[in-house]
Amino acid sequence: MTEAPLFAYTLRLADNALILGHRLSEWIGHSPALEEDLALGNMGLDLIGQARAFYTYAGEVEGKGRDEDKLAYLRDAKDWRNVLLVEQPNGDFAATMIRQLLFAAFAHPLYEALAKSKDETLAAIATKAEKEMAYHVRHAGEWVIRLGDGTEESHERAQTALDELYAYTNELFEEDDVERALIETGIAVNPAGLRPAWERTTARIFAEAGLKVPPPSFAQTGGRKGRHSEHLGFILADMQFLQRTYPGAMW
Amino acid sequence: MSTVIDKLDTSRARDRAWAAAAAVVDPELPVLTLEDLGVLRDVRVSGEGNVEALITPTYLGCPAMNMITLEVELALERAGFAKPKVTTVMSPAWTTDWMSEAGKEKLREFGIAPPAAKAGRRALFGEEQVACPHCRSAETERISEFGSTSCKALWRCKSCAEPFDYFKCI
Repeated sequence: MTEAPLFAYTLRLADNALILGHRLSEWIGHSPALEEDLALGNMGLDLIGQARAFYTYAGEVEGKGRDEDKLAYLRDAKDWRNVLLVEQPNGDFAATMIRQLLFAAFAHPLYEALAKSKDETLAAIATKAEKEMAYHVRHAGEWVIRLGDGTEESHERAQTALDELYAYTNELFEEDDVERALIETGIAVNPAGLRPAWERTTARIFAEAGLKVPPPSFAQTGGRKGRHSEHLGFILADMQFLQRTYPGAMW
Repeated sequence: MSTVIDKLDTSRARDRAWAAAAAVVDPELPVLTLEDLGVLRDVRVSGEGNVEALITPTYLGCPAMNMITLEVELALERAGFAKPKVTTVMSPAWTTDWMSEAGKEKLREFGIAPPAAKAGRRALFGEEQVACPHCRSAETERISEFGSTSCKALWRCKSCAEPFDYFKCI
């Protein structure tokens, strides 16, 4: 990677938020209840709002005139830096809620720590995002408990989703060269340090839900370096279609 | 002498610009002005009559921000500033504490329960005491954590049976 570390770091934050926000937006009009349609729409909007602020800043840091739209709509899959977890398909409602909990329980302490960053802009965005993600942890957590502790079928679906998605969680806590220098200067957050908080939150909820945390096994990784699952291409095809087909279209 | 007059003019122009921008209302909550909300942070007027308004988002994903930016530009133009600029600032982060007491009262009259406590995590999650904006009863319950906009949740009054929006405490 040849990009400046601060640009690369900010882009990772933005890409995680936008891809998960886009995934949640796919639920709109398909949710199990009206209240849940509102909830998923609002949570998606929180994430897309976070992404916009991070993209705008990333563009400023890069200094090549790329704004939030150019960064979101005009990059190919290999240039995306999101973790693999957020691009995983929505699956059923249980899978979406498990994925949301796994990510939000990570993003919440991340933003809490980033709010103290020496970088003023990252700190300001994180200060707002932290409260939003606390709300996501609670909402997704309540659903995970209800589904895990619900009927035989809802329990089975929640457990299946957890078993499938757990392999993508290790990547959240990986630290690499891009971040190391920024961590040392107090700008970035060391993701490895967030694991205890994440484990406490998720373990408490899974225990209450009667769900078994899968044993350690092969961990999927690569998204933050631009190696993605096949799912990202489909998301981008959907999300970028308009700008790719009608470059510069405005309304 | 001329510099004193310039300063006086700038100060008057600043007051005029502030009044114009502060009176803009939230498109989703038309009873609240930007001043009530605490969304307008500052207005800066330079000697040449250029004006810049600083606004801050309530929620990062708040779609009303684009509309508010446009409305502030138009209001400043109407107040005689040819090239108004609106800048979004993130820091210090907006919380419901920035909302004025007058603003909270206007919300209540509009039928939206204002944020109940001082902002903070405990307030966000410990919101069990929300008074009904219609009959003031404390016998209320939450229907949905999310409402028609990011900043609101849906509640219902058990005394008068009316549903209502609650402005979340953040």
